[in-house]
Amino acid sequence: MHNSNEFKIPLGPQHPALKEPESFSVALKGEKIMGVDIRLGYNHRGIEKACEERTYIQDMYLIERICGICSHSHSTCFIQAVEEIAGLEVPKRALYIRTLIAELERIHSHLLWLGVAGHEIGFDTLLMYAWRDREIVMDMLAELTGNRVNYGINTIGGVRRNITREQAEKVLGGIKTLEERTKYYIEVATEEVTIRKRLSGVGVLSYEDALRLDAVGPTARASNVNRDVRRDDHYAAYGDIRFEVVTDMHNDVYGRTIVRVKELMESYQIIRQVLQKMPDGPISIKAPRQIPAGEALSRYEAPRGEDVHYVKSNGTEKPERVKVRAPTLANIQAVKHMLADRYLADMPIVIAAIDPCFSCTDRLVTIEYPNKRKNEVISWQALHSYSIEWHRSRGIDFRALNKKFSERIKG
Amino acid sequence: MLKEVLNHIMKKPATNLYPAQKLQMPPGFRGKLKFYPERCIGCKLCMRDCPTQAITINKLEDNKFEAVIELDRCIYCGQCVDSCPKKALESTKDVELTQLDAHKLRVVFRAQPENNSKK
Repeated sequence: MHNSNEFKIPLGPQHPALKEPESFSVALKGEKIMGVDIRLGYNHRGIEKACEERTYIQDMYLIERICGICSHSHSTCFIQAVEEIAGLEVPKRALYIRTLIAELERIHSHLLWLGVAGHEIGFDTLLMYAWRDREIVMDMLAELTGNRVNYGINTIGGVRRNITREQAEKVLGGIKTLEERTKYYIEVATEEVTIRKRLSGVGVLSYEDALRLDAVGPTARASNVNRDVRRDDHYAAYGDIRFEVVTDMHNDVYGRTIVRVKELMESYQIIRQVLQKMPDGPISIKAPRQIPAGEALSRYEAPRGEDVHYVKSNGTEKPERVKVRAPTLANIQAVKHMLADRYLADMPIVIAAIDPCFSCTDRLVTIEYPNKRKNEVISWQALHSYSIEWHRSRGIDFRALNKKFSERIKG
Repeated sequence: MLKEVLNHIMKKPATNLYPAQKLQMPPGFRGKLKFYPERCIGCKLCMRDCPTQAITINKLEDNKFEAVIELDRCIYCGQCVDSCPKKALESTKDVELTQLDAHKLRVVFRAQPENNSKK
């Protein structure tokens, strides 16, 4: 992508517009972005490997700390896989409590995103308002689970805390205030001229591209992709609850804002239904320390998109393999596409629009040469071509699959 | 937006004046751990379940145990409180754990003489 007319500038790993260390190498022609190279790996913490060295109960708290904002998402996703392997029948009430916390988490995540988006476009008043209202839901989470961020409500076979009637009423009261505030935010997002003009046409991702690049969550739904794990492959108590999947036709950052604020309204409806339908009974069942051998893949609709966990167990107290695919990893390819041919000034908001969490995403591959006594870090491109070669040598050709897929989009 | 701005001109800030005005922690908050040596039976389940190995139970003599809790390692998940079969551990609402000296974050709960918690 480099030629003599282009100017290549590095953005990050430390940059005031990005809160997390991630390096973007931007090729510029004047103000226009010609191409972006994303370098992952600055925040790599080796959580997957660390999980293999700890017991399932310890893993829960480690997995919960993959991300501070979707902490319940990751722990529920992991625990669903473990419970499936162990064949545990989780009590209904526990599933409802998990759903309640999941939706409260979505509210707090979307409000946080709204504030960050306001900040990135220089609309700090919106940041202050959104984050002040976010305190209401943070206090509710602290009240229900005992902590504001890493809730620690899940345990293998259920949840750790019950919800009393007074707490449920407090939640309903908080929801009422938040609903009014969200109505105001919908008004701001749809009617405020600054927001509309600043965000419209920025970071365009068409329907076809969203499908092709495997975008997930609000990023995909803003491109009119009607996908939501909560509805399509329902987990926890979502099977009993009626809600609508919000989609939007704008295909840009403005559309993503609208999807997020409208999803807040759906979340309030879900919480009301959960509290109304919540059955009585036990909140957890006793789980064995040793999980029988087996493997499971679990999906979960985190506030940012589909979260996938794969757990393999070998019959001991510790898992043999834990694989986490956080939503940002699925969306990061879309960012590259969204930035191409756009202006440099749009970069912070386009990156912020997928609500990135780089510490969830970071991957690192090192090659060890036992003979040469040397290690080498493999780049993302090299890894990509390596994986294509690896599959091709085993007789799997992605070209045919790609062709089939693009035909399906057209048809 | 202007309406909102005018509304808030006369209002107090939404933030708390922290050191002067302290927040009330909700019931069930997971703060600093407290250990009751007289209840401990030395099963060491808390040690086994702790994700960060922040707690160590040492045997002093028969049925006498001490707990060493490293507060800088503890992630305040409260799993040890759940795991303990005799309720010898408890989460308090104490959140102000800031120290300049890292050694002060190692807290020892010993049975004799009388709950001597070295701070």
